[in-house]
Amino acid sequence: MSVQNYTGNMIFDKNTIIDPKDGRLVLANMIWVIVALLIGGTAGLLQTLVRSGQFELPFGIGYYQLLTLHGVILALVLTFFFIMGFQTAAVSRVCGPLNKTERRLGWIGFWFMTVGTLMAAAMIATNQASVLYTFYAPLQAHGLFYVGLTLVVIGTWLTATSQIIRYQRWRSENKGQKSPLLAFMVAVNNVMWYVCTLGVASMTLFQFIPWSFGWIETINVKLTRTLFWYFGHALVYFWLLPAYMVWYVSIPKIVGIKGFSDKLARLSFVLFLFFSIPVGIHHQLVEPGIDAFWKGLQVILTFMVIVPSLITAFSLFATFETYGRKQGATGLLDWFKKLPWKDARFVLPFVGMLFFIPGGLGGIINASGQMNQLVHNTIWIVGHFHITVGAPVILTYFGAMMFLLPHITGKRISSSMNTMGLWLAYTWALGMGIMSMAMHIVGLKGAPRRSTFSEYGGHELAQEWISYQMMQAVGGVFLFIAIIIAVTLFVQLIMGPPSAEVEEFPVAKFLDEDVKNVGWIENWRLLVIITVFLVLIAYTMPISQIFTENIAGSKGYKFW
Amino acid sequence: MHKYEKIWLTFGTSALVIFLVILGISAVHQGHSPAASGIETINPEHVRDDARFKEPGLYESDTDEYDYELYFVASAFQYEPREVEIPKGSRVRIHVTTPDVIHGFEIAQTNVNMMVEPGLISKYTANFNKEGEFLIICNEYCGVGHTDMTSLIKVTGGEE
Repeated sequence: MSVQNYTGNMIFDKNTIIDPKDGRLVLANMIWVIVALLIGGTAGLLQTLVRSGQFELPFGIGYYQLLTLHGVILALVLTFFFIMGFQTAAVSRVCGPLNKTERRLGWIGFWFMTVGTLMAAAMIATNQASVLYTFYAPLQAHGLFYVGLTLVVIGTWLTATSQIIRYQRWRSENKGQKSPLLAFMVAVNNVMWYVCTLGVASMTLFQFIPWSFGWIETINVKLTRTLFWYFGHALVYFWLLPAYMVWYVSIPKIVGIKGFSDKLARLSFVLFLFFSIPVGIHHQLVEPGIDAFWKGLQVILTFMVIVPSLITAFSLFATFETYGRKQGATGLLDWFKKLPWKDARFVLPFVGMLFFIPGGLGGIINASGQMNQLVHNTIWIVGHFHITVGAPVILTYFGAMMFLLPHITGKRISSSMNTMGLWLAYTWALGMGIMSMAMHIVGLKGAPRRSTFSEYGGHELAQEWISYQMMQAVGGVFLFIAIIIAVTLFVQLIMGPPSAEVEEFPVAKFLDEDVKNVGWIENWRLLVIITVFLVLIAYTMPISQIFTENIAGSKGYKFW
Repeated sequence: MHKYEKIWLTFGTSALVIFLVILGISAVHQGHSPAASGIETINPEHVRDDARFKEPGLYESDTDEYDYELYFVASAFQYEPREVEIPKGSRVRIHVTTPDVIHGFEIAQTNVNMMVEPGLISKYTANFNKEGEFLIICNEYCGVGHTDMTSLIKVTGGEE
């Protein structure tokens, strides 16, 4: 078998199994996800306990040291390893096995990420990098912390490239055919990732690393912040798009119907490519050094990126309704009851989607200049990203791991594992619901994020905050229970008894499967040009002003 | 495209456009442009040599537009002044800068909330129309003493 024709039935056949060699690469990444979840989740629990005022950290561990660990290991390490593992599985599943070179590249990327993670972790553990995961200058961590993070990013580039090469190889082997939707989505996410990580990579290479090793004396704080957020908002879409892949491609198959529209799915992904990056300044709305006009422009662009999420919401609920009606639902909302509430592969992502409704609304509030000023850097923001990345994204990752882990290890989901998955979804929802609700409310009352327990000199407002912080701790405890369930479940999914019939990696057909692509949708040159063009419009002036206004540089501080 | 989808997207997108128009009118017409916008530089190593930040505090404004100019220095881990009294009904332009790392400047439960960054001055104008004691806190992590950073604004009496 020289060239495996992977079109048509191979893609949609439930018996198509990922090549075991690719499976091992995927599994290696997933093991990191499980480890990161356990460490990061424990840190999170301890933080909520500290902030309730009832608990002090033992062994001289600092609150901000723990917070740095929590952010780095969950927001960066867990997500990156999941995304690399899942996307490798995705292209291997729909395009066919990676070849030797591609797989080797994937492994090299994995080892870069592993070494980088261990370096950064060592610096955090020895309290030389308590700068939080956003590592804003001029707080200065040990140079190896920045080197570690850079290696992690380079690792993602290598693995992502192996996925893109596989996708391109499919296209050249199947000229004139529409590429598999899932592979196209992976390619979009990776191209977006290349463009946005150029910002963070150049700032670590040319600013943080030379500055922290003392090769340059000062750092340009404004430039590094702006480059960080040029990367930082696209980062949230980098987390989100793999979840969208599962929503679009796997969920319809799980519930047993066709996807709504391949064409719209591709369109929404392309819109994410265009509008994920030139919006970072909405994280910098209330800071000096940027003109109001450029803040306003990026607010408008931020609103554009809401459109593809609207498309996604429609498409998904259309899928669910179609399914419910097929099950005999009548009336306006009866179909909701008919959804497969007993299938953890469905329930986990679906509970996540429900969180995304308030999550998305909160996002619109945060992006709106004037309202942002009320909530900026309050714990409302923390509440917001825990019901976006911390619920829809992570619960969908869990849902994907439900089928992916047994798929790559030759197992099946047993009914007890399925039940655990349901418990995971509901315990997580309960914990996150309580915690994020408390965070949103107390954030509106002014309580700051990224702060240890404090009575602020006994001011009465700060006293009022404390009862909500108790609630956060209650939510944190439930979340920790959910994490214990998750870790136990994942270990069982990997270690369970082998099965003759291997768990399916569900890939749905779409209603318009046989309709040709819109011509430009896979014209990568055009897509990249538009992406770069929008970035230039949004960022050329704000960044050149940083240089022309001659803002003084900063030396490093270690204030922890 | 499905008919319902057209309706949904038209509805969703027009809602977004309306939001943006409201934001735009509020920003341009009512002057609610984001806090701290614009670029005014200062050398972070010589903040206290600068006439404006030598003795941070409340000063009568030279301009007709504001009643007072209020200067704050945020540093690890305190605000100067530690406490300031403002007559009720005053229109005050607030200027904040830092000689060291990034700090926040939030007057809790008001819309005065901005970042303070070395090398730049953050400015925002606020009307103090409500009597009471307002807590200022740092809402950007700045180091181990981050939550020790507080100050108090006391809005008192009438103007006369």
